[in-house]
Amino acid sequence: MNIFYKINNLSFKAQKYVFFLFIIVFSIGIVEALVLSPADYKQSDSVRIMYVHVPSAWTSVGIFSVIAILSLGNLIFKNKYFLTIAKSLAPSGLIFNIIALVTGSIWGRPTWGTWWAWDARITSMLVLCIFYILYILSWRVFQNKESVNKITSAISILGLINLPIIKFSVEWWTTLHQPASITLSGSSIHSSMLLPLFIMTAAFVLFSVLIFLMKYNTELIKIKNKGLDRI
Amino acid sequence: MTFEIITMNGYGLYVWSSFIFTLISFFALYHVIKIQLKKEQEKFKSKYFDLTEEKTESVKKQKTYKEILAFTNISKI
Repeated sequence: MNIFYKINNLSFKAQKYVFFLFIIVFSIGIVEALVLSPADYKQSDSVRIMYVHVPSAWTSVGIFSVIAILSLGNLIFKNKYFLTIAKSLAPSGLIFNIIALVTGSIWGRPTWGTWWAWDARITSMLVLCIFYILYILSWRVFQNKESVNKITSAISILGLINLPIIKFSVEWWTTLHQPASITLSGSSIHSSMLLPLFIMTAAFVLFSVLIFLMKYNTELIKIKNKGLDRI
Repeated sequence: MTFEIITMNGYGLYVWSSFIFTLISFFALYHVIKIQLKKEQEKFKSKYFDLTEEKTESVKKQKTYKEILAFTNISKI
């Protein structure tokens, strides 16, 4: 029994468990973020936007990294499951990217006095959004299996170049966007704010897992349907 | 307390719109994907039950379909 068979088998069963876990973690996260966590001494209550903005940005970048790695894996190992998994991850990645852009824009209005700035971090996140759209559209537009594999892999691998730009843009250039508050060496955020941030991140990851499982199952059934047509 | 949560020291409009936008996005994506999944499940169900008994038996014997059918409980679809 290979690993993918096990994954396929698990993905059908895991959906409902992940859904309930997401509801629990998300509810706790919402209460922590909106009620229990303190207001910031400088940003006041607008800091609460961070609890949806930051986890969505992290998840979006993380998902694209996985998509690019899986696409590379497909080119090297020629395994069809890599692309199916990558394709199933893309919708939640795009939604998180849009949430990060929109909530960032909403936060920017009271903090910076503008909805949008062509700042390096914000622009590179917009570029990531374009890569996500191109990736998802390619799966819809191109019908030939070989072409779509090559094109989607090329888009995701090209998009991979953008990820270090997103990460280090705040250090390489003078940006309106603040530098990272959480690094490997520590955090400048107080624990009372870190807790809701991590709970919301866990909830967002669970939501992306849920959407991935549903999309992956859809893709598997699509394959089965094509197979039944050939009988 | 309730008033403070709503107004958020004058930032209520920004904070609440961010959270509501996130919730709407989650809800919309979940439902779009759920509809797609249901559509494919319905298609599979109708195609599988349209097969003749002979073809159904041959499907069950083939290695690829053994794997497919093993992780798909047709009665549950």
